[in-house]
Amino acid sequence: MSHLFGIPPQALFGQLLLGLINGSFYALLSLGLAVIFGMLNVVNMAHGALYMVGAFVAWLLLTYLGVGYWGALVLAPLAVGAVGLVLERTMLRRLYKVDHLYGLLLTFGLALIFEGAFRHQYGVSGQPYPIPELLKGGINLGFMYLPTYRGWVVAASLLVCLGTWFAIERTKLGAYLRAATENPTLVQAFGINVPVMVSLTYGFGVALAGLAGVLAAPIYQVSPLMGSNLIIVVFAVVVIGGMGSILGAIVTGLGLGLLEGLAKVFYPEASNIVVFVIMAVVLMVKPAGLFGRER
Amino acid sequence: MPDGMNTKTAMLEIADLYGFYGESHVLHGVSLEVRQGEVVTLLGRNGAGKTSTMRAIMGIMGKRTGSIRFQGTELIGMAQHRIPRLGIGYVPEERGIFSSLSVDENLTLPPVVKEGGMTVPQIHELFPNLRGRGSTQGTRLSGGEQQMLAIARILRTGATLILLDEPTEGLAPVIIEQIGVAVRALKQRGFTIVLVEQNFRFAATIADRHYVMEEGHVVDMIPNDQLHANMDKLHTYLGV
Amino acid sequence: MTMQTRDTLHEGIVMYGGSPKILLAGAGLLLAVLAPYALYPVFLMKVLCFALFACAFNLLIGFAGLLSFGHAAFFGGAAYIAAHVVKVWGWAPEFGLIAATAVAGLMGLVFGLIAIRRQGIYFAMITLALSQMVFFLALQLPFTHGEDGIQGVPRGTLFGLFDLGQPLTMYYTVLAIFVAGFALIWRTVHSPFGQVLKAIRENEPRAVSLGYRTDRYKLVAFVLSASLAGLAGGTKALVFQLASLTDVTWQMSGEVVLMTLLGGMGTLFGPVVGAGLVVTLESYLASTSLPVPVVIGCIFVVCVLLFRRGIVGELLHRLPGKGNR
Repeated sequence: MSHLFGIPPQALFGQLLLGLINGSFYALLSLGLAVIFGMLNVVNMAHGALYMVGAFVAWLLLTYLGVGYWGALVLAPLAVGAVGLVLERTMLRRLYKVDHLYGLLLTFGLALIFEGAFRHQYGVSGQPYPIPELLKGGINLGFMYLPTYRGWVVAASLLVCLGTWFAIERTKLGAYLRAATENPTLVQAFGINVPVMVSLTYGFGVALAGLAGVLAAPIYQVSPLMGSNLIIVVFAVVVIGGMGSILGAIVTGLGLGLLEGLAKVFYPEASNIVVFVIMAVVLMVKPAGLFGRER
Repeated sequence: MPDGMNTKTAMLEIADLYGFYGESHVLHGVSLEVRQGEVVTLLGRNGAGKTSTMRAIMGIMGKRTGSIRFQGTELIGMAQHRIPRLGIGYVPEERGIFSSLSVDENLTLPPVVKEGGMTVPQIHELFPNLRGRGSTQGTRLSGGEQQMLAIARILRTGATLILLDEPTEGLAPVIIEQIGVAVRALKQRGFTIVLVEQNFRFAATIADRHYVMEEGHVVDMIPNDQLHANMDKLHTYLGV
Repeated sequence: MTMQTRDTLHEGIVMYGGSPKILLAGAGLLLAVLAPYALYPVFLMKVLCFALFACAFNLLIGFAGLLSFGHAAFFGGAAYIAAHVVKVWGWAPEFGLIAATAVAGLMGLVFGLIAIRRQGIYFAMITLALSQMVFFLALQLPFTHGEDGIQGVPRGTLFGLFDLGQPLTMYYTVLAIFVAGFALIWRTVHSPFGQVLKAIRENEPRAVSLGYRTDRYKLVAFVLSASLAGLAGGTKALVFQLASLTDVTWQMSGEVVLMTLLGGMGTLFGPVVGAGLVVTLESYLASTSLPVPVVIGCIFVVCVLLFRRGIVGELLHRLPGKGNR
């Protein structure tokens, strides 16, 4: 069979791989959003900007300090996480007692500041970031050619997503997190320092965005607006999956990435909007989202 | 293990406690004292301030003034998460079993704060219903079992003072019996217990003394052995 | 007892039209009529377009408690419609504006039907995602001309009588449109319908238990708000003779949120003040080297953290007579 539905298999698998890579980023980003939302009730509009900051930290480390990809993979998420801690402690914390919409507005303002500042400093054009030596080249899978770096991105994101899932659903720390999401007052009354947990949760959630930024740097260029439109798609992913479930966020992210890839093959004009259309359909059929619970 | 014989030391002393939730003033000068190894109940009508007193002890209250001393340490002004770490366990009225946690996770959630807490096998001996239910979702247990779980998870922590808010509320008589057996067993083990109860027939079977609350402060104290002599008075207080 | 008397008194004043609010509106109108003799008409028209846009947005957030983060879709989308029908189909400007308003209302109906199924934060995210879809459509559909937008839109002759090519004629037309839109919002807010919306904002479950079909009310409010945002967008297209992608971006949705927040959510005049300030600030910043988004973002952060009532909201709060809301 040289053609599937009139499409050469190389093109099909190529687009599916691209979809899978996009899906990996959706999964990583929506996972972070879901963790933050669960604990803080904040829709983190700054998530896309912090993803961009992650990529930029990697680029800056390489350009000015000569720290390469592997170093950046550790340092950039830590840096973004630290920024998150500061934001939570100095700003978000003041808003927990008022309408949750203010958290969204605050983080929107922060996104404008981050994106505006980097744009002011580095312009809109992208900065290239090299693929690390170890992951150059590719593998011929017989039915398609797989660039090693892209395979690595999918594998690494999956690993991080599943690791996060395991940490939240199967460990003691995760039990604290789940309990505090449900009833923070009682968890505090058991002697756990919930405000610190909240800060760390936000830090961790945005660190995931930072990590996604580093992973993305060699694929897309490092540019100030790289997270700006991406984050809206991720919001749609989150609405489709529902905020209730960690695994739901991962599965929905990957699934929608693949669907987008398919759309690129069969109906390229619609590939940008397919996620939004699916969101509308899901909302009509199941308002709480595929994996969500009504709150 | 708390020393059950030494009943002279005051474990918890509350003096002139005022408490607020936002604008509303709920506690108006509560004073009471609980000695080590005692079981003390707070009786009173709805809204008299019993639950609020417990929440004030745990620091779950907007603003509070006066004094709450636990083994000599002042709790007012202390960071909220440090209070339980002194050895105070709280079983809230709504039980607070987490639905996203299994029974085992619920049981082991509160951190161990002191040595001498009960082990899981000991807990299962006290509450046989919880045995073999470890992987069940917490909120799938029956109301009585959830109450047992809510008490059980505090026993593991080594807390020596336990605040029990209406443990019998909404439960069948058979289950109340079981809870009563458990609370008596805890008393024998030397735990100090403060109990909020509407059901004072239940309270009378386990308590040493009763504090009666009205409109945010303590209006009377009745030792359990004088309960019968004071029945009329109590009926007036509680409006039954 | 004295409170009671004062309130009744106050109501009386409102009924006879002597309330300070009316006076304020009159003074504002007089100022607006005279303004083009002191300031650039194009700048003033920009302020008026954004003020109407912000007032339309405020109808939702301020009086129905719904945060739409996708209002740029109606504003920018309607601008494309007005520009297209006037330039390509040769329609008269009044029909261009009607078409723009109608299409925006229709889009509002579709958005509303989908988004009203969820509340609060989800509502914001859904409207945001739907408007992003409109952005991609605007980027890809042939009639919008992608990155270039629709340029050189003729202003035409209003009702076949008034040549909108004349700056002052255009200005007074825009002013008339703004006043009409503002009056409609004023009427809506003070109508029984507006009271139900407020009840929904304060306590939706109670409104439901009183027998109101709250979804219907929210949907009507959404469509009305979208239509007026569309009217503002269509007008802006005529003023600037241009419909472009900028007006459909989600940053634009954020900007209208900021105007309303800065002026005062839920106050009638707040969005006007906010729009005036933001537009003025942006034209000032354009002549400096300061990055606009950073400054806007900082104002956002400061407003949210320290100044949630906004300028007009804060003034009303400090005024002695609190009945004056």
